[in-house]
Amino acid sequence: MRSIPFREALREAMSEEMRRDERVFLMGEEVAEYNGAYKVSQGMLAEFGEKRVIDTPISELGFAAIGVGAAQRGLRPLIEFMTWNFAVLAMDQILNTASKMLAMSGGQIGCPIVFRGPNGSAGQLGAQHSTAFESYYANIPGIKVVSPSNGYDAKGLLKQAIRYEEDPVIFLESEVMYGDKSEIPNDEYYIPIGKAAIAKPGRDVTIVSFNKMMKVALQTAQELEKEGVSAEVIDLRTIRPLDWMTILESVKKTNRLVIIEEQWPMCSVSSEIAYRIQKEGFDYLDAPIRRITSADAPMHYAPNLVTAYLPDVTRTVKIVKEVMYIKK
Amino acid sequence: MSTKFTKETYLYWYELMQLIRQFELKAEEMYKMAGKIRGFFHAYVGQEAIAAGCMTATRHEDPFITAYRDHGWALAKGTSANACMAELYGKATGCAKGKGGSMHFFDVKNHFYGGHGIVGAQIGTGAGLAFAEKYMGTDNVVLAFFGDGAARQGMLHEVFNLAMLWKLPVIFICENNNYAMGTSVHRTSNVIDIYKLADAYEMPADMIDGMSPEAVHDGVARAVKRAREGGGPTLLEMKTYRYKGHSVSDPQKYRTKEEVEEYKNQDPLVQVSRTILKNQFATEAELQAIDAKIDAIVQESVRFAEESPWPDDSEVLKDVYIDQNYPFITD
Repeated sequence: MRSIPFREALREAMSEEMRRDERVFLMGEEVAEYNGAYKVSQGMLAEFGEKRVIDTPISELGFAAIGVGAAQRGLRPLIEFMTWNFAVLAMDQILNTASKMLAMSGGQIGCPIVFRGPNGSAGQLGAQHSTAFESYYANIPGIKVVSPSNGYDAKGLLKQAIRYEEDPVIFLESEVMYGDKSEIPNDEYYIPIGKAAIAKPGRDVTIVSFNKMMKVALQTAQELEKEGVSAEVIDLRTIRPLDWMTILESVKKTNRLVIIEEQWPMCSVSSEIAYRIQKEGFDYLDAPIRRITSADAPMHYAPNLVTAYLPDVTRTVKIVKEVMYIKK
Repeated sequence: MSTKFTKETYLYWYELMQLIRQFELKAEEMYKMAGKIRGFFHAYVGQEAIAAGCMTATRHEDPFITAYRDHGWALAKGTSANACMAELYGKATGCAKGKGGSMHFFDVKNHFYGGHGIVGAQIGTGAGLAFAEKYMGTDNVVLAFFGDGAARQGMLHEVFNLAMLWKLPVIFICENNNYAMGTSVHRTSNVIDIYKLADAYEMPADMIDGMSPEAVHDGVARAVKRAREGGGPTLLEMKTYRYKGHSVSDPQKYRTKEEVEEYKNQDPLVQVSRTILKNQFATEAELQAIDAKIDAIVQESVRFAEESPWPDDSEVLKDVYIDQNYPFITD
């Protein structure tokens, strides 16, 4: 085992798969000579050369399209967006070409491509650099959406996406997690897409989250522990397809569900989970399903407004107590 | 009179253009008169010389990609009239199994990459195909087609820049038929010569008479040679004209009947048949025999489409993921 930062886990995933398969290449803004805007691809140009680690101009739509076309012709592109906020400019290629071409062509043209980069807020970056996109992409049939919370999962899931997934994969990271350390095995491993993980077992309430909000979920569970409440924490890891069976099995045990996410509330990931669990697990629920999301507003700059905007432990603890009917 | 092209080339051009023309006319008839075809439908009638010239200037394995005016391109690359007509009908035997329709023909075995409905998007996807050809070390060249309307999309500019930066083996071909739906080229930009857009990226470019298969062949052959040799992309603006409306539902109030008639005088089928007869490549009777053969192919395509089955309802959730175990949400 080695303790390495999230960004290195991503780099290992990409590099290992690039060594294995000549068809894999990395393309994006500042990925090569600058060694990555967030140093995820540090050293990769030196190892793989400019044919396979490719800097682009600031043309998200253009280079996304090059990636999609290359995937349709048999390559396995890794397209890095400096942030998913910029990828909105490329969304036509993801939504209208990458996700639909297999269907439109009657199964003739697949698109084995991975789009990855940091997502969601990262401090006082203002409104345009702070959107969490899981719910946007999760709405689209034809693609898979991965949103890991730690370096161990990120490495296994990214390797899986590059090597085994024949469908387009949206891989959502976070600037504020790139320095987080994880224990990474020395041996190679893969993690299947579409499987949630039980991050902490418990019996009284189920808390579901993903990506960096997993920290809030786990800290909430710790706080609750002090008060004698045992929370089971589930890390979704993949948003589409959604592993609702794991949530349901937990709810059968705890009879209570709270979801924490960084999405805006309308049509969010929690909306879908709440629908699914009320339908499949109605008789197991002892309280309404509750959630905590980002505020229903663009994120503002001032530090107190950032805090007020994002889900936090204090508010999550309060909501959990409400579904537990604990008065205090 | 001597010609630069052989008898076989002229007869191939004539037959291909006649196939596209007759197919489109029959398909439009089945749309308007018989109600057998639905959705958006954009005919290639009038623009056949571009398909003819591009075909003889390229190899079969050179990928082609285009927008939604795509029937002619599938037929040119070798998709059968049966598979094309069946696709228009939405039948399971269509070239996209009835899932694409008029705007989304695909035939990857014949190196035809579709059939794209978002104006200008295929310019970038086509450059991506070319990126892959170069990456894999083939000497294939991609032909990426778009209309004059798409020339005003941001995609074109981003991709012209990238294709020149990386010297991708792609020929960008603007089929300038004068109208972006109902908006004439003059009303879309200060720059009405679309080939000049290449100048900003120092990309070689040419304006070509898109009503002449000879001119199209020559222009494309030059560009293809450059691309195969590693010289990168070219923009070719082909001046052409669609006789029909933008789509079947277009009343065409933005242009005069005289304008349409003027272009019909330059009709590529008329011009090519004149050259064939003048040079005694074929007799009137032999051309009529070709016409009859095409007519039989087109009639047969209607019969084939009529008799073909609809896709099974279970196809709704097929071809969405390559992953055969994908857990779809069904309620």
